[in-house]
Amino acid sequence: MTAFVAGPGAGLLSACATAGGGGDPTAAPATSIAASADPKNPFGVDAKKPLEVVIFSGGYGDAYAKDLHEELYKKAFAGVSIKHTATQQIGTQLRPRFVGGDAPDVLNNSGPEAMDLVALAAEGHLADLAPLFDAPSVDEPGKKVRDTITPAVLDNAKIDGKDLVLNYTVSHRALWYNAKLFESRGWAVPKTWAEFTALGETAKKDGILLFAYPGQKGPYYQLWNVLYTAAKIGGNQVIIDLDNLVDNAWNAEPVKQAVTAWADVQAKYGDKAYFGLDHTQTQIKHLQNEVLFYPVGSWIENEMTKDIPLDFQYAIAPIPDVTAADKMPYGAIQVGVGENFVVAAKGKNPQGGLEYLRIMLSKEGAKGFTEKTKNLTVVNGAAEGVDLPAGLKSAAKAQDAAGENIITDARFEGWYKELFDYGTEQINVVMAGRITPEKFCANMQKKADAIKKDDAVAKQTRSQ
Amino acid sequence: MERLRRYGFVAGFLVVPVALYSVFVISPYIQAFQLSLTSWNGYSSVVRYVGLDNFGRLLEDEVFWRALRNHGLLLLVLPIVTIVIALFLSFLLNLGGGTRGAGMKGVWGSTFYRVVYFFPQVLAVAVVGVLFQAVYRPDEDGVLNGVLGRFGVEPVGWLTEPGLALWSIMAVMVWQAVGFYVVLFSAGMAAIPRDYFEAAALDGAGRVRLFFSITLPLLRDTVQVGWIYLGIAAFDGFALILVLAGDKGEPDGATTILPVTIYKTAFAFNKVGYASAMGVALFFLTVTFAVLTLRTTRRERIEL
Repeated sequence: MTAFVAGPGAGLLSACATAGGGGDPTAAPATSIAASADPKNPFGVDAKKPLEVVIFSGGYGDAYAKDLHEELYKKAFAGVSIKHTATQQIGTQLRPRFVGGDAPDVLNNSGPEAMDLVALAAEGHLADLAPLFDAPSVDEPGKKVRDTITPAVLDNAKIDGKDLVLNYTVSHRALWYNAKLFESRGWAVPKTWAEFTALGETAKKDGILLFAYPGQKGPYYQLWNVLYTAAKIGGNQVIIDLDNLVDNAWNAEPVKQAVTAWADVQAKYGDKAYFGLDHTQTQIKHLQNEVLFYPVGSWIENEMTKDIPLDFQYAIAPIPDVTAADKMPYGAIQVGVGENFVVAAKGKNPQGGLEYLRIMLSKEGAKGFTEKTKNLTVVNGAAEGVDLPAGLKSAAKAQDAAGENIITDARFEGWYKELFDYGTEQINVVMAGRITPEKFCANMQKKADAIKKDDAVAKQTRSQ
Repeated sequence: MERLRRYGFVAGFLVVPVALYSVFVISPYIQAFQLSLTSWNGYSSVVRYVGLDNFGRLLEDEVFWRALRNHGLLLLVLPIVTIVIALFLSFLLNLGGGTRGAGMKGVWGSTFYRVVYFFPQVLAVAVVGVLFQAVYRPDEDGVLNGVLGRFGVEPVGWLTEPGLALWSIMAVMVWQAVGFYVVLFSAGMAAIPRDYFEAAALDGAGRVRLFFSITLPLLRDTVQVGWIYLGIAAFDGFALILVLAGDKGEPDGATTILPVTIYKTAFAFNKVGYASAMGVALFFLTVTFAVLTLRTTRRERIEL
């Protein structure tokens, strides 16, 4: 816990995700905002200019923006007026506004209708965030913003080599279980695949499933799980190759092994009913101890907070070793940045937009977010003194233990939505045993090849 | 002058609705035709024309053909089953009681049944979807599986088995549609002069004979209308399938249909041009179906 309080994985993440080309000097388009000399107002915000903020009101709600970040902004610029909009239909509401040249200044792009940021970037709608990352931090004017946040933010900010997206939250993904159940039964968290399946046998006798994921609304939880397992077996390069659409990346041995291992677990210890249940139904069953392990991220605890019974305590378990020669040692978990914020380049007040993000990245802004949403931000040390729930503490401990062995996120999810969508469809098919793991890999490869050939799809690459 | 005044009067009433129709129905159609020739992604201000490329792509698109196959099945099953059930029920409601006293009667309590049959029609599709999610739930908590479980039957994945999913959804569509057609056919049957039935009954015709020899032939036009409505419904199914089966055509594309594919292609994959091409294809499919049905079933009207 101590290392965690010192900063959510600052050192840990820097090891695996160094800011590759973070300050690329070529990324200086016309959308750039000239920095002013005043460290208190580095973008030269005009308090007379109103600011419009649009927040996706999903799992995090929108109170963190309305009652916290916007209030801080108003405090900094007396008399400024802020228009706040909370919506679940980002695309429907905002696509026409961007096309019509009436974009809001700050946008939290999330949810099922999140817009295609690559397409928006191609049209020059997204403001360059490099001046933000290079601006002095709110808390320590001597320090740049980029030095106060997890380096993975800088990596994930890039579209076509420019810093355009701010990822604001940190989440931990692996297998989640009930620590109290394990304690009461005297079970140990399995470290190898043999221990994992042996536990499956034991639990079966008690009528508990070893593993389940929500097949109706959340098959992508299992796609993530399989991809992270593949990275555990073959290293992060496996996922980087998938993202870069490298030839035959889906037919790589670690991918096949990961799919095979999980399809096998599903066949032997799973229940096909879960293919037709949504995430809420599955998560309730998890809380009722009908399922031992559930593949998800650290937002689960806050999501289910009202339903957690007294004898249930969320805890995270790393993916067990699949082979004796996994590239990443036991304990590796995925730590990712998420929740996209962008500033409209052609909006009325891009300076205000950048300043708003700078305020979000202040200690006060980040700490308040964690208090309100029980989720961690990318700001180093901002969770200090916040009373975190048990599951989040467990995730922090797991991140400590993982050290440098952090599994990377698969970015084709945002880059090539069609490929990701197809993957979430195919994962159900292979897990149900209707196709073999080899066929799954072949199908995915075919789709990836089609995307690679499609000129209409703008290509992205990553090196880390 | 007299004529002009009369037409002017009629036209005055028509201008507003026709204008509204043109703006909100005709113009989007024309725009869809235009967009289907472009590679527009929904974001850019510049629209690039690609000619008929999108349609060429469509012919090689597995998902498109899978959707067509599913629409074909819907087109075969949905109208026939719905019409047969609706005809049977409305016959029972109107004439099934046989001759009693002055004329033909429905079975006992038919006014009550008529109202009950109409219930599903009143519910919004989304409500029906959520309702049947509970009915079809794949574990023992599902309504159907709960009942089956009492007889020792293992839970069935109504919406997750590729061989079952579309049939389960079609059952819901039929369930929802039947009430409307019962009312429609009842109205048609009420228009048939009672003495036809009485004469036939006096000659000793039973209920089956009454149905096939008198009711059905005289109801032909009404059934034809129902057939076209249901055929068009077979090209839709958007809301129900989205709620029950999701947008991925799960399982294995067994429930993939064009409207959902169009929605996804346009708004999730940002291929507005390609999605418009699908929309144009769907438009022609529907129109072709309607024209073909009207042509092949055209016949002399029977004067009553």
